[in-house]
Amino acid sequence: MVHGEIWTIKELFVYPNEYIYWSVQIVMYPFMTGLVAGAFVLSSLYHVFGVRQLREMARFSLVFSFALLFVAPMPIVLHLLHPLRGINVFMTPHFTSAIAAFGIVFSAYGAIVASELWFLYRKHFVEIALPLKEKQDKNLREWLKYLIFCALTLGVYDISEKALKKDEKAIKVLAAIGIPVACFLHGYAGFIFGSVKANALWMTPLMPVIFIMSAIVSGIALCMLTYILAMELRKRLAAREKGDSQRFQSKEDLAGAEVSVIRMTSKYLLMFLVLAITLELLDFIFRGYTAVKSWDVLRSVIYGKDFANIFILQYAIGSLIPFVLFLLPGLTIRRAVLGACLVLFGVFMMRWNVVIGGQAFSLSFAGYMHYHLPIIPHDWETFKEGFSGALLIGLMPFPLFWLISKIFPVFELKESH
Amino acid sequence: MKSHILRPLWVVLGLVALVLVARFFYVPKSFGIHERGYMYGWYRADDIEFWKNFPVKYQGTEYCKTCHPENYESLSMTPHAIIQCENCHGPAIEHPANPQKLTIDKSRGLCLRCHADLPYPTSGRADIKGIDPDKHNPDLECVMCHNPHKPGLEGLK
Amino acid sequence: MINRRDLLKNAVKGFAGLALPLAAFEIINPKKLFAGKSDASGVRWAFLVDTYKCVGCGMCVKACKNENEIPYEANVTRTWVERYVVTKDGKTFADTPKGARDGFITGKIDLGMGNFQDIKKEEIEKAFFVPKLCNQCENPACVQVCPVGATYQAPDGVVMVDRTWCIGCGYCIMGCPYGVRFFHPVHHTAEKCNFCYHRITKGLQPACVLACPFGARQIGNIKDPNDPVTKIVRTERTGILKEEFGTKPQVFYIGLDREVK
Repeated sequence: MVHGEIWTIKELFVYPNEYIYWSVQIVMYPFMTGLVAGAFVLSSLYHVFGVRQLREMARFSLVFSFALLFVAPMPIVLHLLHPLRGINVFMTPHFTSAIAAFGIVFSAYGAIVASELWFLYRKHFVEIALPLKEKQDKNLREWLKYLIFCALTLGVYDISEKALKKDEKAIKVLAAIGIPVACFLHGYAGFIFGSVKANALWMTPLMPVIFIMSAIVSGIALCMLTYILAMELRKRLAAREKGDSQRFQSKEDLAGAEVSVIRMTSKYLLMFLVLAITLELLDFIFRGYTAVKSWDVLRSVIYGKDFANIFILQYAIGSLIPFVLFLLPGLTIRRAVLGACLVLFGVFMMRWNVVIGGQAFSLSFAGYMHYHLPIIPHDWETFKEGFSGALLIGLMPFPLFWLISKIFPVFELKESH
Repeated sequence: MKSHILRPLWVVLGLVALVLVARFFYVPKSFGIHERGYMYGWYRADDIEFWKNFPVKYQGTEYCKTCHPENYESLSMTPHAIIQCENCHGPAIEHPANPQKLTIDKSRGLCLRCHADLPYPTSGRADIKGIDPDKHNPDLECVMCHNPHKPGLEGLK
Repeated sequence: MINRRDLLKNAVKGFAGLALPLAAFEIINPKKLFAGKSDASGVRWAFLVDTYKCVGCGMCVKACKNENEIPYEANVTRTWVERYVVTKDGKTFADTPKGARDGFITGKIDLGMGNFQDIKKEEIEKAFFVPKLCNQCENPACVQVCPVGATYQAPDGVVMVDRTWCIGCGYCIMGCPYGVRFFHPVHHTAEKCNFCYHRITKGLQPACVLACPFGARQIGNIKDPNDPVTKIVRTERTGILKEEFGTKPQVFYIGLDREVK
């Protein structure tokens, strides 16, 4: 069986070699990178622009962004027919390709996020490593912990007031550099599609900008969602361990802090949501008005075959409803959860409609291809490029976040800065 | 004490150095920028040799003629002279050494490629004598009556 | 003090000097290639298809698959033949069942999803066949987008894929406006027509050219002014596919119709 044949159905005149080669993993890929970029931008709003209300959220979203960072290239790896050769992108990069440039930008971005985290948590590492160093009879577990945290300090044990001031400055600089790099990173994901001149739907200079905007929207939404979930978990714990007031604030205090953070964050979400939708509509209108050769087939896809996907799932359910939900006064946690979920779904559908929708018509402009997502895997290919593979990628950030938050604790009450 | 601010930078530079060292061992020597520049000519030059050495399968009528001159001569007088022997007899590759015997395609489908009647103006197809495959002895193989080496009606068996 | 005459002279010299390096950036066009005989290699492969001669027998597709070891039953192919039927009421039908591996043996048009359209002889205004293959573009979009340098243009213009280096991302398949690329079912790397590079470099014709009984396909060196293909491309009215993408395809067509996709 030819790669792609299993989930492609051809209608009317399609060239013989055309299949839906870029399937659900390529939908997941810009979705996950978008979340990385969005989460980082959210954290930078506090570090660079000093949005005080986002302080709690800033640290959280930075750590979450780091967890997502490891997941972001996974869809590509699952998509590649020779995943082990993926290293070639770093060994012999061909920079005229958006994917090669992505490799470098991605690594640079990873380095920035990691450095920022290091400065943010340096004091924490030292505080853990030093007492362990003093301790005489370390057991195996403590030895391991000691070695890890020792390595993480990178040999710097200076946590004087002066040094910490320097850290703060470094974080600010890194966050400032990070914003354009995050945008660049996701702009590149958009460029990968926007620069394919053979594809009539993808080829628009607006593509990278649209991708950045919807990336920030989805990143903020996911951070909100995870933050709420984490807070709920803490509240439950606080209710259970009422006596232990040193570790946990009271239930009431926590609830109050949460709503104000969420309301603040949702304002930013709304702003970027409006920008994203405006740009997308601009793109639609422009295509219809200029109506070049490809418009006939594009129109039949946009207003015909993909109508439900685009206008009902993406715009109505994924954009309009959450827009109203967030805009109505007196935002509650429950409403925020629903809104954030719908926004995430909407952005996912946007990626779907770009990636799958861009392959819904033939290069001949005289035929169509229909995509059938493999739900139940019956071999390796239908597993990794099917529903199960996408689900795996979608869930991966959460255990990873849990693991990373063992090293970078997110809800430490003692403020280091 | 020197500032610790640059510590992460050294780590990053170390990693970059590591990649460059790995690259030195991993990338084949013939990889580089060739005639068409970085945009179109960034490749492993040895690959051109791979494609040049790809085995040839179809040898052409002249190759067949050296051993089967009688068939070549008889066919050359007919309209089927324009058809390569290997189109029906299969690729010669290194015949007679390998394969020793060729598999001949005598199927009805092979003849219909040209002789199923398609009345397409401005296409060469319209000038070829054709039949309606659904009506002209649909259950029989063409070669039962026709001789592809003597395609005219006088060659009927 | 310099007088006006000197100033003018110097200005002209200066501009000429500036223009010289600019000329190096000028994009190569076929006309330039004809003239570039002094070039080191002296070969630039080009292809000529005469759509009037094609009868849709598909022998070229069969030979190509055998010659280039593309699994015969796989629904992908390096070259294929398309059929176009324009009816008197202005409708255009096109199909290429199995890439015309078995030729066209019925008048029914394959509409996909198991549907077929029967067209009566009287309704046909014009109908013809168009063979397709890689255009070996002068500016190959597929090569530009390869992230690792696994596909490239050889000095003689042929675009090839390095099976040991391709990561299988599919970006080149997406980047080609002509749909000539696909994943090889066995090697799982990008695959495409390379004008039978192993044959043309030995002085043989590509398998499809050899197999065509009607001379609808020809290959030639467009840098050689005495080459029959070059002569036709230079002196007759030929067309190319999808010019608007700026890829500068090097497969030229005689009798190309506006209906050809």
